[in-house]
Amino acid sequence: MMVNLVSIFLAAILTENYVLNQFLGICPFLGVSKKVDTALGMSVAVTFVMVLATAVTWPLYTYLLVPNGLEYLETILFILVIAALVQFVETVLKKYIPALYNALGVYLPLITTNCAVLGVTMLVIERGQSDPSFGYMESLVNAFGAGIGFLVAMLLFAGIRERLERCDIPKSLRGLPITLVSASLVAVSFLGFQGLVDGLLG
Amino acid sequence: MNEILLPVAIVAGIGLLAGLGLAVASIVMAVPKDEKAEAVLELLPGANCGACGYSGCSGYAKALAHGEAKPGLCSPGGAAVAQAVSEVLGVSGEVELQAAVVRCVGGCAAAPRTVAYEGMQTCAAAALTAGGLSGCRYGCLGFGDCARVCEYGAISLKDGLAAVDPARCKGCSLCVKACPKGLIRLTPLKEQAAVQCSSRDKGAATVKACQTGCIGCGKCVRACPRGAIRVEDFHAAVDPAQCTACGACVSACPRGCITLFTASPR
Repeated sequence: MMVNLVSIFLAAILTENYVLNQFLGICPFLGVSKKVDTALGMSVAVTFVMVLATAVTWPLYTYLLVPNGLEYLETILFILVIAALVQFVETVLKKYIPALYNALGVYLPLITTNCAVLGVTMLVIERGQSDPSFGYMESLVNAFGAGIGFLVAMLLFAGIRERLERCDIPKSLRGLPITLVSASLVAVSFLGFQGLVDGLLG
Repeated sequence: MNEILLPVAIVAGIGLLAGLGLAVASIVMAVPKDEKAEAVLELLPGANCGACGYSGCSGYAKALAHGEAKPGLCSPGGAAVAQAVSEVLGVSGEVELQAAVVRCVGGCAAAPRTVAYEGMQTCAAAALTAGGLSGCRYGCLGFGDCARVCEYGAISLKDGLAAVDPARCKGCSLCVKACPKGLIRLTPLKEQAAVQCSSRDKGAATVKACQTGCIGCGKCVRACPRGAIRVEDFHAAVDPAQCTACGACVSACPRGCITLFTASPR
């Protein structure tokens, strides 16, 4: 059981990284990765929302949509729930944890439409359908791992971009082109983790 | 019919629930806005320079609204802002305006360069590597770190020497922090004599290094009718509170490092 959870967690970070292997959440990956500290703030907020969203959408899907045969409502309902959840979290943070709100505040509204969050909640359910042993607990661990994977990708890339600033880049490649080239190289490097988790724990 | 109604009911129901929940949450957990602080923040210049000692304008506005700080700490805003803030808060505010002074008049001509420095063209880097570019290790390096941080264009560089224009200076103290030699100090904005040298070397060493350095001879001390000048560590200093800007010390100084600081009201 425990080994299984650990392998799900590690796989979500390394081999199934949502940004670098599944190409979800590319907009914040390119948009908010100019500085390491903002990248960190964004990733922590995303991780938080991913776990929370999965915690709510999984029971909603399993106990409300499936019994009524309404699986096709998944997308629209999940978007609705995630948006409301993010708003709610923002209000709560503002009131009770102002320090955290000041740190994450700017990023929370951005996450409402983050495809990585929607992707995690939907892919987790897809996986549960093909593999009955993949239940609620496994889904939560997977969501947390996906968030940490997002954090790893963001931090790596922000570090690279901070160094890029000081490099002498050919004029035609400056700005977005070199960013996209380096993003693809980081993604390719993550292919090197293929089979690592199975080899470690399997 | 049911296969249309049920999904509609579910989506609408969850939407309604979420909407109501958010509405209730925003009322129950509303954060009371500090109207006084917001009003004060509107009046402050918004330079976020930190001269008041708080973390930016919003920090100062908060402290003002809670009565923890006095109006008039805002140097860039000056008297006008202090007045306006005091009116909003309903207290009286006295302002002491300040301006920065570079305490060195030894430019390239007075203190010849003894080091051929070709590194990074900033004072901070030069201070780390060579200590000083002339024989005087206290003097202005002349790369203009202070001029770069000044948001009001009050600092000019001439002949390897920085000088502050008191008419433009808002006393925000950014340059004070930027100078690696600690040459820049804030002084009350009034007419006064200022010793524009920071050398703590013995007189003989100062004479060798710079034509205009203070050697601590004490002639100004004897010339001053109010006893406002003291010599410590081979270096004269004027107490701005006692100085009446009579100019006796300026004419007495054999080195020409005391100047009259002319202040024009902002």
